[in-house]
Amino acid sequence: MRDFPDWIRFPVADSVDRAMAWVLTNLGWFFDWVGEVGLQILIAVERTLLFIPWWLAVIGVGVVAWRAIGRVRSGIAMAVLLFMVGAFGYWAHAMNTLSVVIVAVAFSITVGIPLGILMAWNNVVRNMLTPILDAMQTMPSFVYLIPALMLFGLGRVPATFATVIYAIPPVIRLTNVGIREVSTSVIEASTAFGASRWNLLFDVQLPLARPSIMVGVNQTTMMALAMVVIGSMIGNRGLGMEVLLAINRVNIGQGFEAGISIVFLAIIIDRITTAFARAKKAKEASGEEADTDAVEEESTSKASA
Amino acid sequence: MPPNPTESGIAVRANGIWKVFGRNPERVLEPKFRDLPKNELQRKTGCVVGLRDVNLEVKTGELFVLMGLSGSGKSTMIRTLLRLVEPTAGTLHVDGKDVSAMSHKELLEFRRNLVSMVFQSYGLLPHYTVLENAAYGLRLRGDEKEKREARAMEALNMVGLAGWENYYPTSLSGGMQQRVGLARALAKNPDILLMDEPFSGLDPLIRRQMQDELVDLQSDIGKTIIFVTHDLPEALKLGDRIAIMRDGEVVQVAEPEEILSNPHDEYVRAFTRDASPARVYTASTVMEEPEMLLYRWQGPLTARNEMERQKREWSFVVDRRRTYLGVATRDVIERLAKEKRTTVEKEDLMYLEPVRPDVVIEDLFGVVSSESYPLPVTDDDGKLLGVVRPRAILNALSTGEADA
Repeated sequence: MRDFPDWIRFPVADSVDRAMAWVLTNLGWFFDWVGEVGLQILIAVERTLLFIPWWLAVIGVGVVAWRAIGRVRSGIAMAVLLFMVGAFGYWAHAMNTLSVVIVAVAFSITVGIPLGILMAWNNVVRNMLTPILDAMQTMPSFVYLIPALMLFGLGRVPATFATVIYAIPPVIRLTNVGIREVSTSVIEASTAFGASRWNLLFDVQLPLARPSIMVGVNQTTMMALAMVVIGSMIGNRGLGMEVLLAINRVNIGQGFEAGISIVFLAIIIDRITTAFARAKKAKEASGEEADTDAVEEESTSKASA
Repeated sequence: MPPNPTESGIAVRANGIWKVFGRNPERVLEPKFRDLPKNELQRKTGCVVGLRDVNLEVKTGELFVLMGLSGSGKSTMIRTLLRLVEPTAGTLHVDGKDVSAMSHKELLEFRRNLVSMVFQSYGLLPHYTVLENAAYGLRLRGDEKEKREARAMEALNMVGLAGWENYYPTSLSGGMQQRVGLARALAKNPDILLMDEPFSGLDPLIRRQMQDELVDLQSDIGKTIIFVTHDLPEALKLGDRIAIMRDGEVVQVAEPEEILSNPHDEYVRAFTRDASPARVYTASTVMEEPEMLLYRWQGPLTARNEMERQKREWSFVVDRRRTYLGVATRDVIERLAKEKRTTVEKEDLMYLEPVRPDVVIEDLFGVVSSESYPLPVTDDDGKLLGVVRPRAILNALSTGEADA
């Protein structure tokens, strides 16, 4: 009695298989084309990264981190971390990994922010997207690695595709939340002055949702980096491949070096993007708090005189 | 009778405005529902009536007050004038234009040009400077940058905020933020100004000052102003005419005198029954700035000099947050100076029991006459808001004017 009855079965596995076969035969050309374009972009980004001399990259990261975080010490620390990645002998692999992360994050942002805006504007869209986003985040990534492989073949394109699926939800969610949390009194006041939907979006909602959106971008980037090792299971080279190789050979030392290189990249990107998210907020909060009382009192006494 | 849009001298005309919240709101207008009382209607239809058949006429150049308790529909009513709230039924003419019939595009134009609104919660854009906020309405209607900034500066000058244009709103006090809100509204030179409890969030003294300034401004620029408040003294002070609302209906429209002398029904009477000034005016309406304040960290010597200079025998003492501590007399200060003390402590002071800002002045008679000092007025955090002098109470009672 306690067991689920055998005669109740709704198998969907067959339908999924058939749908996949249909997509492969009928839309194969489309995915070939997308794969080709994607590959060219990925290669171009990687070549650009490799074209930059290593010392310039180290110094550049140091300076950017220093300016963004505001402490010289942090800038030096970030530069040292990147230098260490090179010193482990993984410079080229790191640039390969970085190119996948950059392309995946760029795609996630350009698609994710507009989707987040639609989600904030429209409750129907939100109710439809929420379970899909849940699925994207909880579905074990191997489940969509195989279809990605069938659509795009081996290599970095399906890895990027899988990375986008895994990493895009935070930027969508946090754009939605950021826009929905903008105070209604500001929205109402702007509407009363004749703001259209687009005025509201660009003058009010996006600027005020910015901190939240930047947190989303930061999380998306972190998740993209976390996907690197899994992506290399379908043929992406880079740091993830080094980790896999080391594991297969039970080469603990090498695995540690490759793994810690991924961590270093993550720390560098996280600190810099977090600092950019905070920078503008701090500027707005500045202003001479202390002076206001004086003026208020002055004008009060003027009126009572 | 169809309203005549070209009729002169009428700024706003509302005919049979209904606002019903809930599913299928239109059915509430059917004869079998429309005259039911609010509770019964909600039970039978699940709909809540916000406005019930409101008819209003506001004359050009008039300061018209909508007054009622919270939930009376006054804020909903003022929002229908810009269609921030869509009325369920009825027609609205503002400035001779049929607002209720406007398309979305016409509505945007209308909001950008003819009518401005000031909000209780200010509604300023935190990422814009004071100047950019004041110019925002002009930017929306497409004015050139130079032109709109010049006009915004003019408006900021008008509300006494010159010199603050490059600050962000968060670094301003509540009173100053509301001035920015007012400047934003005035910058586009609207025909009609809508104000939704603009001063309710402000400290009582600042509030009174802003009311005075609004009266001055009104006599200077002669705009039509529709002003929403829940505060009877404020309504009596500002309004050329007052409309009293209850449960979404307008109960009485009349000049302040008439509201007091000839209340239309029990509800209005309840509002005004206590309108003997002693029962209407509160400590906050009659309080004034203290003539002299000492700060706790000022030593006895500084205090003595200050008293000497201002020729005072005593002073209220507050700390850095303006928390009320007590009264220091000249004798105490002299003694502390002799003892070479460096600060004035609470134990040295005489403690006069403070009163709350919402105490009606009738309750102050006994206290005020038995004290030779003014009464300190403090808020819940103990902050000194002002002082009540016996003279101010007498003035309020004899003239019926709180700001004598």
